Amino acid sequence: MEKEKKKHRIILGVIGADVHAVGNTILNRALQDAGFEVTNLGVMVPQEEMIRAAVEDGADAILVSSLYGQGEIDCTGMREKCEEAGLKDILLYAGGNLVVGKVPEKEIQERYKALGFDRAFGPGTDPSVTIAALKKDLAKGRLHHHRGSEE
Amino acid sequence: MKAVLLIDFGSTYTKITAVDIEKEEILGTAQSFTTIETDINDGLKNALKILEEKTGPLEFSEKYACSSAAGGLRMVAIGLVPELTAQAAKQASLGAGAKVVKTYSYELTDGDVEEIDGINPDILLLTGGTDGGNKDNIIHNAHQLAKLKSRSFPIIIAGNRSCTDRVAEILEDFETFKCENVMPKLNIPNVEPVQELIRSIFLKKIVLAKGLSQAEELIKGILMPTPAAMLEAMKLLAKGTETEEGIGDLVGVDLGGATTDVYSMSYGLPQTGAAVLKGLREDYAKRTVEGDIGMRYSIKGIVAASDIMRISDLSGLSERKCEEMIEYLSVHTDKVPGDDEPDFIALDYALASMAVEAAVTRHAGKLEPFYTPTGISYMQTGKDLTGVKTVVATGGALIHTKRTGDILKHTLSKPEDAFSLKPKEAEFLVDRKYILAAMGLLSTEYPDAALRIMKKELEKNGVS
Repeated sequence: MEKEKKKHRIILGVIGADVHAVGNTILNRALQDAGFEVTNLGVMVPQEEMIRAAVEDGADAILVSSLYGQGEIDCTGMREKCEEAGLKDILLYAGGNLVVGKVPEKEIQERYKALGFDRAFGPGTDPSVTIAALKKDLAKGRLHHHRGSEE
Repeated sequence: MKAVLLIDFGSTYTKITAVDIEKEEILGTAQSFTTIETDINDGLKNALKILEEKTGPLEFSEKYACSSAAGGLRMVAIGLVPELTAQAAKQASLGAGAKVVKTYSYELTDGDVEEIDGINPDILLLTGGTDGGNKDNIIHNAHQLAKLKSRSFPIIIAGNRSCTDRVAEILEDFETFKCENVMPKLNIPNVEPVQELIRSIFLKKIVLAKGLSQAEELIKGILMPTPAAMLEAMKLLAKGTETEEGIGDLVGVDLGGATTDVYSMSYGLPQTGAAVLKGLREDYAKRTVEGDIGMRYSIKGIVAASDIMRISDLSGLSERKCEEMIEYLSVHTDKVPGDDEPDFIALDYALASMAVEAAVTRHAGKLEPFYTPTGISYMQTGKDLTGVKTVVATGGALIHTKRTGDILKHTLSKPEDAFSLKPKEAEFLVDRKYILAAMGLLSTEYPDAALRIMKKELEKNGVS
């Protein structure tokens, strides 16, 4: 009973040296409206800060935005650090202009899966798509993050 | 005349200040050795005798006291993430005037529990998790603490509110105090409720336990730990009262023999548009204690934090000579340089300069440059104190020297400290009569008088 009342907790932030604040603000609002408890770390957030926040906040998911093309570099090693910090079951999503150049969405997802992310979303994704995916993944409970073990 | 007596029971000296509250004047100050082993009143009586020799007989209408005797208010702080709740817990304790003997983060081990038994603090502060956040860690730590042999100290529970009751249950053998979370939301500390509680426990229990309550004649009792009184004074000086204006943001330095306390009264928000503020927000009134930096007991920490070359350069003595003298002073901790000992005076000047430089650098915030596709940007952690225009100095090593101003210049940022957010230019105010803690005490009843006395008594020591 208590579990149904509990709001899922999300850490939100724009990773690395990226200062794009608009999408971050919109996502923050959309996630809150959808009933999530959001801790928004804003722009220019290092991996470590997101992880520390997730530990203290007991977060269920970390949503990373990146719009300046350096996302792959910024996101490398994040899953490993989460595991090191004891965040075994945490969901990792990435969204934005995640790679440089025109790359098919499917390939972007593959690259981010290889980095240990659960899902990746390309530019122009409507927040409702992300929220639906989030709800679905969170409902599944414990997820399997082992890279390469799926598909 | 309405005379008020302000007493500071220090670890070594009992310092007293008599104030004429109507004229808003200091009647006199005096000090004598603290007599905690026998009767704390003996030291007070001795100090009073010395005072009345200077002022003539005095009749006090009120007496207030603060204390750092018997080791001060010793605390252990526990949190989850070092940079978050553990830091917030430490900061809250320091701001309440405590001496934080040790801070723990993540899960306590059996070894940690044994160590805490050894420390045997006056108060233990247990935190962890934001409200609604992590529960496992604080509950684990409560189970670990239940293994403590000692039951003599109270435990404040100020973590994730969802598990406060559960934690209190686990620790039912202890005297526990439930409190609001020290960091209810990420990066936003909430230190006041914890500090209120620490102060009330200090009043009710610690004073009694340490044999300080024998000071029977203290009409109002011992109100707070000495560093809390110092903090009150600095806050009052900066912020002012409803009727009397304060002097604005300031940095305070209290250089002692064993530790160096640094205070800042400032929100420390970024002064330039190019910086993004990161990490734990800091309280307007912030106190840090550098346990490894002090003029005698921690003299070697000054060398470690600076450089023997610079100490040699500033003192004009050879490195070898400096090392020899530092070795001597680390053993002869009560050594006070006489007027006929220019080498010791020069060395103390150099050591004090390096000590305040290191302590203020650690206290102040930092900038970290970030190169972005659109140019350079900065991440700020901690407070930006570059706009602070006043540095207040107190503590024996700063007030009993003629070169206070020269020493204090080392609290300011130099052109090469581009990423350190220390004050850039400041006026120095020196607590020559050592009245700040007394004024902090006085401010509990007479804030306007305390503020005006400080403005009058603090000595301006040159603009840099």
